[in-house]
Amino acid sequence: MRLVLEVHDVTTFYGDSQILFGLSLQVQEGQVVTLLGRNGMGKTTTVNSIMGIVPPREGEIRYGSRLISGLPPYRISNLGIGLVPEGRQIFPNLTVRENLLATAGNMSAKKDPWDLERVLAFLPSLKARLRNLGNHLSGGEQQMLAIGRALMTNPTLLILDEATEGLAPLVRAEIWSRLKLLKTEGQSILLIDKNLLALMRLADRHYIIEKGNIVWSGSSRELEAEPALKARYLGV
Amino acid sequence: MDWNLLLTQFLNGLQLGLLLFLLASGLTLIFGIMDFINLAHGSFYMVGAYFCATLTLLTGSFVLALLMSVAGVFVVGLVIEASIVRRLYQHDHLDQVLVTFGLILCFDTLVHLIWGPEGMAIPLPRLLDGQITVGSLVFPTYRVIIIVSGLLVAIGLYVLVMKTRLGMLIRAGASNRVMVSALGVNINRLFMIVFALGAALAGLSGLLIAPITEASIGMGNEIIILAFVVVIVGGIGSIKGAFFSAVLIGLIDTMGRSYLDDFLKLFMSIQNAETAAPALSAMLIYILMAVILAVRPQGLFPPAGAR
Repeated sequence: MRLVLEVHDVTTFYGDSQILFGLSLQVQEGQVVTLLGRNGMGKTTTVNSIMGIVPPREGEIRYGSRLISGLPPYRISNLGIGLVPEGRQIFPNLTVRENLLATAGNMSAKKDPWDLERVLAFLPSLKARLRNLGNHLSGGEQQMLAIGRALMTNPTLLILDEATEGLAPLVRAEIWSRLKLLKTEGQSILLIDKNLLALMRLADRHYIIEKGNIVWSGSSRELEAEPALKARYLGV
Repeated sequence: MDWNLLLTQFLNGLQLGLLLFLLASGLTLIFGIMDFINLAHGSFYMVGAYFCATLTLLTGSFVLALLMSVAGVFVVGLVIEASIVRRLYQHDHLDQVLVTFGLILCFDTLVHLIWGPEGMAIPLPRLLDGQITVGSLVFPTYRVIIIVSGLLVAIGLYVLVMKTRLGMLIRAGASNRVMVSALGVNINRLFMIVFALGAALAGLSGLLIAPITEASIGMGNEIIILAFVVVIVGGIGSIKGAFFSAVLIGLIDTMGRSYLDDFLKLFMSIQNAETAAPALSAMLIYILMAVILAVRPQGLFPPAGAR
């Protein structure tokens, strides 16, 4: 299998405070990979390092064979990484339609690309809301929109930071089913969430992050087999 | 009451308002989206006027000179953004004010060096220099041209910001620039285009007024203060707000200057009214701004969904 993303020995700082201490992880093509860990351990910082929003101070991040650490966020995005950020960060002053269209593109020249029609068929709850402003949506609708907005950039790797945080159970179930569908279509996904049960069903590989470093990685079955891990690192 | 005079003053107010709008629309985009305070925005107004004066002499055509000048100021805007302004986005407003105040001095000196201390008149083609007569109302053709072109630019700008992809990105960038760039848009290039577009609009404003007043050093420095009032009254970052507040302020300023003394005479002595009116009319728009800041600090039409 081809390597989509390789984070190698990355250290990242916010100002003077170091958040990541030589973190490494990999995502293979077509895999769903999760990043698990309690709050404040560096999950979002890992995402921000990959996206170039907070460039790492040391270490290397590769997308395919290409070195992307040090590139500005827009170039990293254009290479084929789509972000569904923590807190969703919908553009509040744009309509749903505009949110989907403003940053749309197909830089990696995918065959059968995502366009407005296909995204709306995939996320039908947005259909009736196309003319509404982003800040008039419910949390669940905003998350659907954030996913749709990222898909419209036609990413090879989709990153979701807190995929279902703060959402009602029904909406969560809907998002898990959408992600499962994406996986069957071969979409590579790096996923952050707290809903361990759903993640174990969906993902191929898990990384546990603790104080800015990966302390464990393995498959869902391996994670299942070690309940002590959950107690120690995930507070479950 | 002299209705012809009232109508003439109304058109004069509208004309001032639309020129203010051209100046303020760029200012409000640059302030609202890039969070950048550009005191030197009035310098583009001046540069536009001088470009047009020289090019009208060279080409013999005002219209051709107008088009070339707007393009020229767009290029000046690109150069200033890339060389100076870009380094200031991360700095606080005080630094921006200091540097752009310095830029005003540089521009004024540069214009002095190139064109000399005298102002430059722009001769109008005969077609635009006449008068339009409607009934008993006589109004200069050129002022009508200013009003019409101001309205056309307003419509064009509205379409650009509300209906095009570039406009979506401009509005998206205003609310969350990190996210715009994380979704694949080169925000530096977007800002550069917005800045140069704002400069070009300011240049257009300056060159449109120059055939009436002539191009002169420092011509932008007085009107830029009015333009900031327009931006604040209309709501920072709002094109729609800039339009309505510019027209409102243009009308209030013009009407105040011509009718305030008559109004004051209704309830004070003629002598007192004539003393108070000029001082008060100069203050009217600032009083308006103070009132609006007190009751509606976000401005008349803050951008939709703005934080």
